[in-house]
Amino acid sequence: MSNHIHLPEGSIEKQTTTLNLGPTHPATHGVFQNILELDGERVMEAVSTVGYIHRAFEKIAERRPLYQITPLTDRLNYCSSPINNMGWHLTCEKLLGVKTPKRVDYLRIIIMELARISDHLICNSIVGVDSGAYSGFLYLMQFRELIYEIYEEVCGSRLTTNIGRIGGFERNFTNTAFEKLEKFLDPKHGYPAQLKEFENLFTRNRIFMERTIGCGPISAERAMNYGFTGPNLRAAGVDYDVRVHTPYSSYEDFDFTIPVGNTGDCYDRFLVRNEEMWQSLSIINQAYKKVQEFKGAEAEVYHADAPAYYLPEKKDVYTKMEALIYHFKIVMGETDIPAGEVYNSVEGANGELGYYLISDGGRTPYRLHFRRPCFIYYQAYPELIKGGMLSDAVITMSSLNLIAGELDA
Amino acid sequence: MLSNEIIQQRLTEKFGDQLTDWQEPYGMLTFTAPKDLNLKIMQFLFDEADLKFKFLTDLQAVHYPDNEGAELAVVYHLHNLSDNIRIRFKVFTDINQPDVFSATALYQSANFMERETYDFYGVNFVGHPNLKRILNVDEMDYFPLRKEFPLEDQTRIDKDDEMFGRG
Repeated sequence: MSNHIHLPEGSIEKQTTTLNLGPTHPATHGVFQNILELDGERVMEAVSTVGYIHRAFEKIAERRPLYQITPLTDRLNYCSSPINNMGWHLTCEKLLGVKTPKRVDYLRIIIMELARISDHLICNSIVGVDSGAYSGFLYLMQFRELIYEIYEEVCGSRLTTNIGRIGGFERNFTNTAFEKLEKFLDPKHGYPAQLKEFENLFTRNRIFMERTIGCGPISAERAMNYGFTGPNLRAAGVDYDVRVHTPYSSYEDFDFTIPVGNTGDCYDRFLVRNEEMWQSLSIINQAYKKVQEFKGAEAEVYHADAPAYYLPEKKDVYTKMEALIYHFKIVMGETDIPAGEVYNSVEGANGELGYYLISDGGRTPYRLHFRRPCFIYYQAYPELIKGGMLSDAVITMSSLNLIAGELDA
Repeated sequence: MLSNEIIQQRLTEKFGDQLTDWQEPYGMLTFTAPKDLNLKIMQFLFDEADLKFKFLTDLQAVHYPDNEGAELAVVYHLHNLSDNIRIRFKVFTDINQPDVFSATALYQSANFMERETYDFYGVNFVGHPNLKRILNVDEMDYFPLRKEFPLEDQTRIDKDDEMFGRG
């Protein structure tokens, strides 16, 4: 105890400090405010404030026909908006009783898994950035560009995609889209090689391991009680995945495994996401193979037969009476939707993304609620960081994959 | 294997005919409960060894302005992860006295969800540790998702609302 410093009574070092981390802070990657009570560098207490970019989507949706709600879902988790779009289409299809052809399901799976990869690669490389290793981020980011080029080829936009329609896609995938997909999947020069490189940099890196192991851990029981879903819940050791538990869009036709961790700390979350990217790559490969098996007229199928909800092709609108009527009714939002209540969920990139839709038989939903996984698991954040260092709080936040758009809806 | 029939049977054994309006829309068991029973039902579903509804998926409210005396419905979605079965139940409450027991003691995840429901519908969750606005500003003095607040300015005459659903 000879080198222990004895501080005089009332000295400033004995007091705790209040630190306002956010709302805009370079380390929070979004609009989050946390008021931290610090003892030195140790977090004693944390209070989170949310709602800085709240846009009242649920209210807006009550005045919109179904197809106009798709762009609202884009803006929930904007790192993987195609999954949100597909989840919404699937909810509508469940309510309307639309059955999609297998080829549409497989094409959707390709897009959804690409979105999952693009989301996970951002999250994992940002964990790297926040722990002081910038290079991984640069390696992976160029491949998000390739994914966005595929989106662009399919739907015309990149970040907020508004991809697909109720019943399928707006147009068939072009050959360019498949070429870009092959370029992305190429084992030598494509994403698999780069992901391998990324793992070489991080997974067994002593500094990275010391930095993330034991940082922001949560037990399986607490995680379930806090409503964790997705990779964060699986990192804590619960093998819950909507794709397996309640298969949608023909996920039951695919062979993949669900990685689980056991401590629920930053390192486990990192590993689970990395492994999920490998699984997603394998699913995309399988789906692409299945898509190639369709020949002749079957290879041209890209939407279901649901004329009252699926916008007809423009050339038909100009030449066919029926198509013109449907076109008008859909665009003007004049189609009544059947009364009913439906809950449908998909495995979003950071958890179970649910849509609870109540229809009273009008043209717009009577009530629409989004179950945003971020919003629900963010409330565990103060508990996760309590007792840890300030720098651990930052890295815990990035490894939870919090997306401000999803938090605030 | 747990099924909707077994859950319905177990709940009716325990709570009798207090639970009403049994339905199965799109395969999900749905029922309505009196509002002072909501916690007892959740505790029962949580504790029983064969039911194990340990996961609160979602919690939100719906406003039915014409349903006098029971204008607000609070909807719970529960999930049994091991048997992979979901149920939904609703409690209705008077909008003038919207007191509903809080589920936070049972499910930590209810904390933010109840705050959100309070924020938008004004449901007063009794027993909530920190019931205040979450997404809207603290100074707000109304509950914006209630149906009496139309999305657009109702004085607009340049647009025919017949085109866009309810006017």
